[in-house]
Amino acid sequence: MREIDINEITETVKKLCIESNCILNNDIYSAVKNAEDTEVSEIGKDILKKLIKNADIAKEKMKPICQDTGMTVVFVDIGQEVHIKGGNITDGINEGVRQGYSEGFLRKSVVSDPLLRVNTKDNTPAVIHYNIVSGDNIKITVAPKGFGSENMSKIHMLKPSQGIEGVKDAVMETVKLAGSNPCPPMIVGVGIGGNFELSAYLSKKALLRPVDRSSEIPHIKELEKELYENINKTGIGPQGLGGKTTVLGVNIETFATHIAGLPVAVNISCHVTRHGEAVL
Amino acid sequence: MTVKLVAPITRDTVKELKAGDIVEISGIIYTARDAAHKRMLEEYERSGKLPFDIKNQTIYFAGPSPAKPGEPIGSVGPTTSCRMDAYSPKTIELGLTVMIGKGERSKDVIDAMKKYKAVYIGAIGGAGALLSNHIKKSEVIAYDDLGAEAIHRLEVFEFPGIVVIDSDGNNLYETEFLKYKEI
Repeated sequence: MREIDINEITETVKKLCIESNCILNNDIYSAVKNAEDTEVSEIGKDILKKLIKNADIAKEKMKPICQDTGMTVVFVDIGQEVHIKGGNITDGINEGVRQGYSEGFLRKSVVSDPLLRVNTKDNTPAVIHYNIVSGDNIKITVAPKGFGSENMSKIHMLKPSQGIEGVKDAVMETVKLAGSNPCPPMIVGVGIGGNFELSAYLSKKALLRPVDRSSEIPHIKELEKELYENINKTGIGPQGLGGKTTVLGVNIETFATHIAGLPVAVNISCHVTRHGEAVL
Repeated sequence: MTVKLVAPITRDTVKELKAGDIVEISGIIYTARDAAHKRMLEEYERSGKLPFDIKNQTIYFAGPSPAKPGEPIGSVGPTTSCRMDAYSPKTIELGLTVMIGKGERSKDVIDAMKKYKAVYIGAIGGAGALLSNHIKKSEVIAYDDLGAEAIHRLEVFEFPGIVVIDSDGNNLYETEFLKYKEI
């Protein structure tokens, strides 16, 4: 059995918090740059140009791309041959968030109680999803998520008879309702199937896939393409000020579901969809 | 053409601004998000006073990330304005002339903008690092305990924006997407 020290996990989380908040991933950077060339709205073109400039400044100064450095979402794939020593893994991850948000000058945006609303001042606790996998590694993905876009997300519990058309309508309706609020161009994560909570989890997980990589399931790949094209025909455009660049990518994840249901979760994300990963 | 504005901005200047105008603001503006608005207006109910004289002022709906040593401020882009819809009609009535944010506003806010003459300027959401280059000085003037949500007094230089809703109620969010809509 391989041993991994808790301090190594803390250090990794800390580093990923800082890097993912300050360095825009290449796939999104390229997608914005390509959109700048194809956008027909003058205002839209100028906004996309400024987003590239913003990403360059953020990387150079190691300053957050967006001031909303999010609630920290952490996905952990733990190989079943691994033994973690030196402390509790959840505590170790939260310590990494604490150190990362302090040393990286990231904004602390978490309140301890949803109704009493007192800031925890260190951005903890993180939202952590554990998954047990084969092998003797731990893969950690840090995906800070801002709430301008999170607030525009929705779950639709469809009837099986609504089928694929129902799924398309659910996604389009959610995107149109979001409008200018989630800082378009957006990235749309969709979870189809599972049950109520699994569909939401899948929609978040879909956002981790690079925008230039399609689903490997043929009919889902086709659906991603169709939704991408249709969302870009809504006219919403960069910042909701009109144009052809409303979405940079539509990523869909699916899972088996019940004979009576068709859950569809739509996790709206912005052009600052952040995620960084490391394997220990 | 870019309209250069110097804040504080009077109602007479606001009346001249039209939806679609590209603007650059220099001068003094204040940050406030929903928690600060709530507290500010509760304080006004109680004492008849606000933490700053709001007449002709500009509120930027924003909560900056912490400043690195030697820098005036961290990243500071706009937050979603609709969370302030419950409070803006009152701040406009009390003298506010300019709001900077991102995203749609409610009918009540737009009605107040038309009645008292106020303008809503969009800044680029998610461009916080770029926008921070236009802030020369930042100082917390109220509600320090709110952290990023405290009211900051900012000295800005050529802060870029676009008039999204003008004081006649013309609204780019309603007009522009129609030009590009294909379905």
